[in-house]
Formats: sequence, structure tokens, C-alpha cells
Amino acid sequence: MSYHVIVIGAGSTGAAVAHDLALRGFRVTVVERGEVASGTSGRNHCLLHSGGRYAMRDPESARECIEENMILRRIMPEALELNDGLFVALDEQDLAWKERFLAACEECGIPAREIPVRQALALEPHLNPNILAAVQVPDGVFEPFRFCLSFLATARRNGATVLTYTEVVDFVFQGRTVAGVRVRDRRTGEERVIGGDIVVNAAGPWSGRIAAMAGVDVPVVPTAGVMISVGRRWNRMVINRLNMPGDGDIIVPQRRTAIIGTTSWRVEDPDFIPIPEDHVRLLLDRAERFIPGYTRGGIRGIFAVARPLVGRRGVAADGRELSRTFECFDHAADGVEGFVTITGGKMTTARAMAEKAVDVVCAKLGLEIPCRTREVPLLSYRAFFD
Amino acid sequence: MPTWQLRLLRGRPGGSPRLEIYRVELPAEAYLIDAVEKIWAEQDRSLLFRHACHHASCGACGVRVNGRERLMCITPLREFSPDRPIQVEPLRHFPWLGDLLVDVSPMMRRMAEVGFAIVRQDELTADRPLPEGIERITRFEDCIECGLCLSACPVMAADEAYLGPATLAAIERMLKEPRGGDTARLLTLADDPHGAWRCHSAMECTAVCPSNVDPASAIGRLRRRLIAERFRRWIGGGR
Ligand SMILES: Cc1cc2nc3c(=O)[nH]c(=O)nc-3n(C[C@H](O)[C@H](O)[C@H](O)COP(=O)(O)OP(=O)(O)OC[C@H]3O[C@@H](n4cnc5c(N)ncnc54)[C@H](O)[C@@H]3O)c2cc1C
Ligand code: SF4
Ligand code: FES
Repeated sequence: MSYHVIVIGAGSTGAAVAHDLALRGFRVTVVERGEVASGTSGRNHCLLHSGGRYAMRDPESARECIEENMILRRIMPEALELNDGLFVALDEQDLAWKERFLAACEECGIPAREIPVRQALALEPHLNPNILAAVQVPDGVFEPFRFCLSFLATARRNGATVLTYTEVVDFVFQGRTVAGVRVRDRRTGEERVIGGDIVVNAAGPWSGRIAAMAGVDVPVVPTAGVMISVGRRWNRMVINRLNMPGDGDIIVPQRRTAIIGTTSWRVEDPDFIPIPEDHVRLLLDRAERFIPGYTRGGIRGIFAVARPLVGRRGVAADGRELSRTFECFDHAADGVEGFVTITGGKMTTARAMAEKAVDVVCAKLGLEIPCRTREVPLLSYRAFFD
Repeated sequence: MPTWQLRLLRGRPGGSPRLEIYRVELPAEAYLIDAVEKIWAEQDRSLLFRHACHHASCGACGVRVNGRERLMCITPLREFSPDRPIQVEPLRHFPWLGDLLVDVSPMMRRMAEVGFAIVRQDELTADRPLPEGIERITRFEDCIECGLCLSACPVMAADEAYLGPATLAAIERMLKEPRGGDTARLLTLADDPHGAWRCHSAMECTAVCPSNVDPASAIGRLRRRLIAERFRRWIGGGR
């Protein structure tokens, strides 16, 4: 077999898809218009979810998270800090969720354990001393750029070609079947056609635009969020608010920094996202409630990026109600053959998203090749530069 | 909202690079990476630059700003005046790929040769008890492999084979916390005319490092270690 699959986008989704395809023996070409992870993946909150955040409202996402969290610990130890996470109750309202949270975690298979407040404060001395409860979960922290590079390095070793600074500008058809893509090389300005048997759209919040180039509609809603990184690592573990998911309720520690996030609003154009000033104020205010003096080490960076949330009918305008799970669309259903979109989801679930997308690719081609990405350890991200 | 002037180095290998002025409207709270990304998004889609994390963690966005090595993502615009252009050029001592883009693979290959592990024992929060179920307290290494130190180093300009500040600092970290690395091999790598001895303590690396690595001091410690090793071999009968 030597089917050629073109993957659009080298974020976490495209990188994981490329790895899965290469491992199953496909010829693979990844086209990415910028640097690896220059879209949503590079700039996210870096939280390797335990699933705790979604346990109460979106158990399907929560189960995906804990399963993938455990797999990534095995296959990608190099791009992860594993220091666990705490869900803390800041007030009586939070506290009222505690029993339901613990039950929901158990239901979803997330090892969650209440620890005495005294012990939580010993582990995290900068935490607000007035917290009312603390629950420990297996959250982790990743390094997004190296996360993506690890998948791509391994894909490359298995024969994949990765073209960065190469933008898809159009689709090439044979009748109603996608036969390839037209790309423009940002370095030379030259355009050329790359032919393929299947094209996988993994363009994150841009996947709606890519699908439109092929004449199909993908209900992806670019939903932005702001994050603020500061000059000091206050917390060792990830600190989450024990409540329904909301704005500014997670502080992720990484290297020597701590990052508060996020907010949520719909954007039209994910290419450039101006940062709303009131979101910055809100986040700093929330951070202060977790860690008094959060900005005492100075603010290091403020950034925003858009999630590719999959739209469903009847959702809230701010996007928070949308499910954080992923969708794979075989556009044969829209009358276009040879074209698949994989979007939604999270960085944490990139591997599972890839498995699903490549299963669809295999089914389309009438192949039965098992997925092996759960077991195969990834190469070092540095192998990408070999 | 202020309008900022950016003077970007533009061009492609084979052609002659030129400086071009762009104007971009952004609040003073924004960062240089926002200005460059906005120019790409709204004015010139052919502009080449690297970025990913926007919080000084991935190491991708290193450039020279008014002649000094900086990460664009943590360079706030409020440092500059809207009246004067902010000059942005690519890093030196890397193969140039066009505009602000360089090829960092020579540095990455050297880091791979050293076997520099990026997950380290955490000393920042080591005074605290361990969370249950966690055997070690780890965090990412300080060095984000941004290459700013290589660009700033005067020795790199003179000696292409020089290991460079980031790599020497990585060797020093691996000697301190080997994590399975072969220390004898690392010492041999460093004990070389193009290794620790080539540095002439210009201190530029430490001045530009955005991530607390302080490569100059690390090279100093590495040299003392090499001298101690030589002395030990000498006492031990020249083995
Ligand atoms: C604020 C925020 C915080 C988040 N925090 C977390 C977190 O803590 N943990 C977690 O697990 N998840 C988190 N997520 C979710 C996660 O970041 C995303 O789900 C994930 O990164 C999406 O990856 P992707 O590969 O699908 O999209 P992207 O990373 O956006 O990749 C798509 C790629 O396609 C490229 N592209 C676009 N158009 C073209 C074209 N025409 N030609 C070629 N290439 C093109 C883009 O440049 C981009 O690199 C967060 C999301 C947001 C918004
Ligand atoms: S030592 Fe500092 S300047 Fe050099 S690559 Fe590492 S982080 Fe960058
Ligand atoms: S974008 Fe990652 S270091 Fe600046």
C-alpha cells in the first residue's frame, strides 16, 4: 500500500495525525503555513488535563482526558512536567460542589482525593490561606511546541514529509473527489500542486476556512481565550477552582512561570486576536483570589488564541457550553470524496483525535490497519531537527 | 491607540536584505510579537518569523531588537517610543532562511549530542512536601533553546566549531544532574579547544539570556571542574 495522505496544519492535531498515519504505513505530507505550533497549539494554557475540569459538566470529555493523560505519560515523558493538580474551594459556593465533584471524578475514572486544607497549604504555601477544601488530581503540564515536535519528529522518522511556511490556498478536484491541494511557499512565493489520495483538514480554528475552500461547511466556532504569565512560579501543582468551568479559574505552573487563564469569547478572524483589556483585569483579579500577590514578580507575557470548538445548535454566545470533545467529519456525507476534517478537542486529546481521523481514512480506503500510537514511544523533539 | 513603527529586515537568501518600515496600531500593553503578527495578518503574508508559545517557553521567537537579542513575546511595546522605529533583525550565527527566520537545527543538533534532558529536578519548590503519588518534583529546565546567547556571543562569530554558550551550559547542567548521561563523554566534549576553553568571558550570553541560565557562570564552573579533573588524573598517575 502506498496511499498518500496530505495533512493540513501542524498543530497538535495535525502532528498526531501525521504520526498515526506514518505508523500505519501511509505516505504522509504535512503542510503548515507557519512554524510548527504557530496556531492554537503553541499558545495554549499548557495543562495536561486530568479531566477534573470537565467531570461535572462534560463527562465524555473528562473520560477522554484521563485516558489520554495516562497514555501521554508513557509515550511522551520528555515534554511533560508531572506534579499533579489541586481543585480548591475559595468560598462556600465552591465548597457546595465538592461532593458532586468527587462523585463525578469517580464516575469518569479520574483518581481524585480530598486532602486536608492544612496539607494543601504545606504543599502550596502561596495559596490563599482561606481556602475551604482541596482535592488532588493527576493534572500535568506540557510544553506545547515540543509536544508537537515530538509527534512530527517520529512521523518524519517513519517517512513523513513536513512542509512548514507552506500555505494551502486551494483544493484540486477530480470531479467531486479531492485530488490534492494547491500550496504557496511563503519563502519563494511560488505556488504548486501536491496530489494526494486523501486530504485531512487539521487546521484548528481555521478548519472552517479550509473546508470552505473545498466547498463544504464545518461548524467550527473560533472561541478565543486570554492567558497571563508572570515572573514567578508560585505554585508547584496546577491550581484549579473547584466549581463549574468558568473564566480565570486555573493557574498552570511551568518552568519558572505561573500562567492564569482563561476567558472565552467568539472571534471572527483567528489570524490576529486583539486582547480585550477587561479580560486582563478579570484574570488578574481572579489570580489574586488564588494566589495573593500573583503579579509581584512582574507580568511576563499576555497572550490570546482561539479554540476550534465544534458548534452545535442552541449554545451560549460565549462558547462555554460547547462540548470540549472532538468531531471527525467525512465529507463524503456532504458530497465531497477524499476529504476529512478532524477538529474540536484539546491538546491533551490530540492522540485520540488522530486515532479517530486515521480510522476514518482507513475505512474510506477499505483498509484495516490497527492503530499503534498508544504503545509506541515518541522520539525526542530534537530529532525533528536531524 | 498609539501607532508603532517597526523597521523589519526583509529579504531572502541569495538577494540583498533591506530594512522596511511598517506602521501598526496597538495598545502599549501589547508585545513586539503582537506587532509582527499583526503586520503578517494585515499587511504582508510573506513575512517570515518564528513563534509559538507567546510566554518565553518555546524559545522560537528570538530576534535582534535595536541590535540586542530579545524574545519578541516578552518585549513590551511600552519600552519604545512611537516616534522612533523599532528595528527588528534575525539572530546572527545561524543559517538565514529569510526575513526574521533562521535555521536553529545546528543548535538543536548540538543539544542532542550533549543529550541535554529538558525535565529536571525542581529546586524552586523543593522545600515543600511531595504531593501524594509523585515520586520526584520535576520541572522543565531553564534553558528554552532560544539561541539568543549564540547570536550575542563574539566567539561564535570567529569560530564556527565553537560549542557555544547554551551547549556548554547544558553540559554543566548534565554534569550536575546526569539523568543517565555519560559524564566522562561530556567532560571530553567540553575539554576541547572549541569547547569550554574557547570562551573569553565576554559575558554577552548572560546579558541576553531571557531565562535565568547565566551561561557565562556555568562555563566558569565547567572550567573549574575540568581543571579539577585534570589534577585528579595527574595525582592518580596520568590515567
Ligand atoms: C485559550 C486556550 C487555552 C487552552 N488550553 C488548553 C490546555 O491547557 N490544555 C489542552 O489540552 N488544551 C487547551 N486548549 C485547546 C487546544 O489548544 C486546542 O484544542 C488545540 O491546540 C488545537 O490544535 P489543532 O492542531 O487542532 O489547531 P492549531 O494548533 O490551531 O493548528 C492548526 C494549524 O493549521 C495551520 N493553518 C491554518 N490555515 C492553514 C492553511 N491555509 N494552510 C496550511 N496551514 C494552515 C495553522 O497555522 C495552525 O498551525 C486551549 C485552547 C485555548 C483557546
Ligand atoms: S542559555 Fe539562555 S539564551 Fe542561551 S539558548 Fe538557553 S535560554 Fe536561550
Ligand atoms: S514565542 Fe515562545 S519564546 Fe517567544
